[in-house]
Amino acid sequence: MASEGRVVGIDLGTTNSLVAYMEGDKPVVIPGVDGSNLVPSVVALDPMPEDGRPTVTVGNSARRTLVETPERVIYSVKRLMGRGLEEVQSELKFFPFRLADDVEAGEVPRIQLGEMRFTPPEISAYILRQLKRNAERFFGSPVTQAVITVPAYFNDAQRQATKDAGRMAGLEVLRLVNEPTAAALAYGLDRKKEGLIAVYDLGGGTFDISILKLRDGIFEVQSTNGDTHLGGDDIDNLLLSIALDEIHSEHGIDLRRHPGAVQALRKSAIDAKIQLSSEQVARFDLELPNGDRYQREIPREVYEQLIEPVLNRTAGPCKQALADAGVTAEQIDEVVLVGGSTRIPAVRKLVEDLFQLTARGKKPHIELNPDEVVALGAAVQADILAGASATTEEMLLLDVTPLSLGIEALGGTVAKIIQRNSTIPASATEHFTTGVDGQTNVAIHVVQGERELAADCRSLARFDLKGIPPMSAGLPRIEVKFLIDADGILQVSAREQRSGQQAQIEVKPTYGLTDEQVESMILDSFDNAEADFAKRLLIEARHEADTILAKVDQAKTNSAWGQLRGEEISTIDAARNHLTAVKSGDDFSAIREATLALDKSTHRLAELMMDAAVTSAIRGKTMGEAGEQLNEELTAPHPMAPAEFK
Amino acid sequence: MLKVIDSAVPVECWSCTVAHNESTLFCPHCSKIQPPPGGDYFSVFSLVPKLDLDLGMLEHQFHKLSRKLHPDRFARASANEKDWSLADTALLNDAYRTLRDPIRRTEYLLKLRGAEIGEEHAGKDRKDPSRVPADLLEEAFDLNMQLEEMRMSKKMGDADPELQTGLEQARKKYNDMLDGVDSDLRAQWQVWDNGDDPARKESEKKMVSLLDRRRYVNNLVRDVTETLAT
Repeated sequence: MASEGRVVGIDLGTTNSLVAYMEGDKPVVIPGVDGSNLVPSVVALDPMPEDGRPTVTVGNSARRTLVETPERVIYSVKRLMGRGLEEVQSELKFFPFRLADDVEAGEVPRIQLGEMRFTPPEISAYILRQLKRNAERFFGSPVTQAVITVPAYFNDAQRQATKDAGRMAGLEVLRLVNEPTAAALAYGLDRKKEGLIAVYDLGGGTFDISILKLRDGIFEVQSTNGDTHLGGDDIDNLLLSIALDEIHSEHGIDLRRHPGAVQALRKSAIDAKIQLSSEQVARFDLELPNGDRYQREIPREVYEQLIEPVLNRTAGPCKQALADAGVTAEQIDEVVLVGGSTRIPAVRKLVEDLFQLTARGKKPHIELNPDEVVALGAAVQADILAGASATTEEMLLLDVTPLSLGIEALGGTVAKIIQRNSTIPASATEHFTTGVDGQTNVAIHVVQGERELAADCRSLARFDLKGIPPMSAGLPRIEVKFLIDADGILQVSAREQRSGQQAQIEVKPTYGLTDEQVESMILDSFDNAEADFAKRLLIEARHEADTILAKVDQAKTNSAWGQLRGEEISTIDAARNHLTAVKSGDDFSAIREATLALDKSTHRLAELMMDAAVTSAIRGKTMGEAGEQLNEELTAPHPMAPAEFK
Repeated sequence: MLKVIDSAVPVECWSCTVAHNESTLFCPHCSKIQPPPGGDYFSVFSLVPKLDLDLGMLEHQFHKLSRKLHPDRFARASANEKDWSLADTALLNDAYRTLRDPIRRTEYLLKLRGAEIGEEHAGKDRKDPSRVPADLLEEAFDLNMQLEEMRMSKKMGDADPELQTGLEQARKKYNDMLDGVDSDLRAQWQVWDNGDDPARKESEKKMVSLLDRRRYVNNLVRDVTETLAT
């Protein structure tokens, strides 16, 4: 174990990402350099790429640049993972970023970020690299192996894209784990219970429901269902569109034409949503470009009526999952809530009704922080895979494939070969033959989904079986074996049985990167040798110190600086001088502590600057340039949601 | 996304080189994992083919084998062991999925015995006239007429209550018929499990036709349910 290092668990989320590990018998989240457990899933390209190499920032610091330079920032990239050109185009209607001009059909779409272009897995790789670095900083040693979580309802291409991102970030992805299942692992650790568990996972952009059976440390998933386009974002969009409409009709201003202003208004909508989880009323109070104020109260009652249709969309998948598991709602012993959106009281009420909890004197489980529980579970799974741990040696996760696998048959119908909710790994063997004398190729189209027509399902891959010995039609017997591995990813092998030849397969994935492409996108080429590693830690620590020092100096020219109190300024100055002093030394941890101290001392300053940026965006001061680029209506999910709140 | 899996089968244990029975998941000598054995699904659970299975035991055995075979146990093993763990676990899962379900289990055993049976896939044999139970032909024809009428009247916006009641009664009747088929099947399991070869042959024929009947009636129930629901 020591030679191979630790295995970390990573929650690569739509809004926030986290990395966790097992500290003894307890999973713990590893904080970043700013002390925060959550790394916003935001990637920004710094203004001036040095020597042609991109300088990229990730997380809170990237998020801060969103209002001022929206064209250099990308977020919610998880929504684009493993998707084709057309899907990305329709998805991008909701985002302030755009596709590169030179993308061709059949290629993995690239997103324009400043003067660079990146595929979604590359963007995710930057987030993963940040998490990897946070873990390495924490341990003081290299981290090369990880478990990454994905929504249970992710299809093959989305899973493969996530794995590719890991490889680009220099991580060997030992396993992809489904998010609701990970949450069950985190909860199952300290309770040696038996029974049926439902995990209801409503996040920022996706909804998953999984039914699990627990027995003797085995977590056996019975069924899973979900919606990859349902989450807190939809609620934000509702509040936002109401505010936009009212501003338009009452003040005659169409804010939709001002992207920076929409981003700021969205931040207010998110604040209101969060407030309504604990208060009976929330207020919008914004200054508009013409100097008017938009003031609006939203009582909880009105809000709950408004979001009811969104929340009700989770009921169908829950019922289907119960039916597929062959159980009734009353048979569910415990319900676990996961994802930030489950903080909404109306969501809890819906869950209590769906699973008839109140009548049975039960409450859903919310003991673990819903933002962290998935990462904690990933750490548990990482510990299982690393082996040699007494805490997890009795635990085993048996997950299922969320979607049926099929082959396109004559007439465009689908012949299902592996049913949804089959325990993985799962396999199926099919036999194919030729239709014409002397035919040496057979083409096969593999799809994923529940619909009867291939055109309505998700196309996974087309492949040709080549090198079939010429025989009369119908005589060759080609055996094709389809295998869904423990990550939920398909592998295919084939053999011509009469001649005994291994038929050659040329696979053309419908979506996704080739091995060579992934290889060429690997972010860092440096090796992880121990000696180099210590040097790298020092270099990185100095770099971080330089970055924050430069930012503080820059901030002194900002109007926000003048709003600071005297003692705040002297604290910042003291921290600044201390960091300058230790920076030249060789002790990376001392540099890091000093960096952290300076960062902490500037929190209020950063907030003031953020507010100033938002206000100026509302007033249209920084909208000019951005506004020209972004003429699409903005109803995008937004990373300005507070990274952490109680 | 897709890769070719090499499925070479060594005759002796790859690790300790002691020759072993091909149908074991682990080398009896050194306990190392072996490539997928060639036997049937029953042999995965060390069972001889039979139809009346103790599902509790089957689950227990499934969990026990999963603990030893699952790829999670081989995350840091050699490439070959990883591949075999994947292939063996897929075999175990396929076997468990098939054997724990009474209908799939029966179909699987009949196929092993060389019987030709219809596929579960929807649409594949629904219209195959040779598979329609003769005594149901006329009833099914009438039912389909009623279903058509119901669909038409629903399209017009008013569901005829008399038709509705008739269809609900039909559903009840066919559901009862399904229960009857299932209990006939279970009776045949006993015949097969305890019989000699000629008795088994006879029982297999009966089970093939019971399964045909079951599939047919099942489709009727589904059609009625769908029509009533829309």
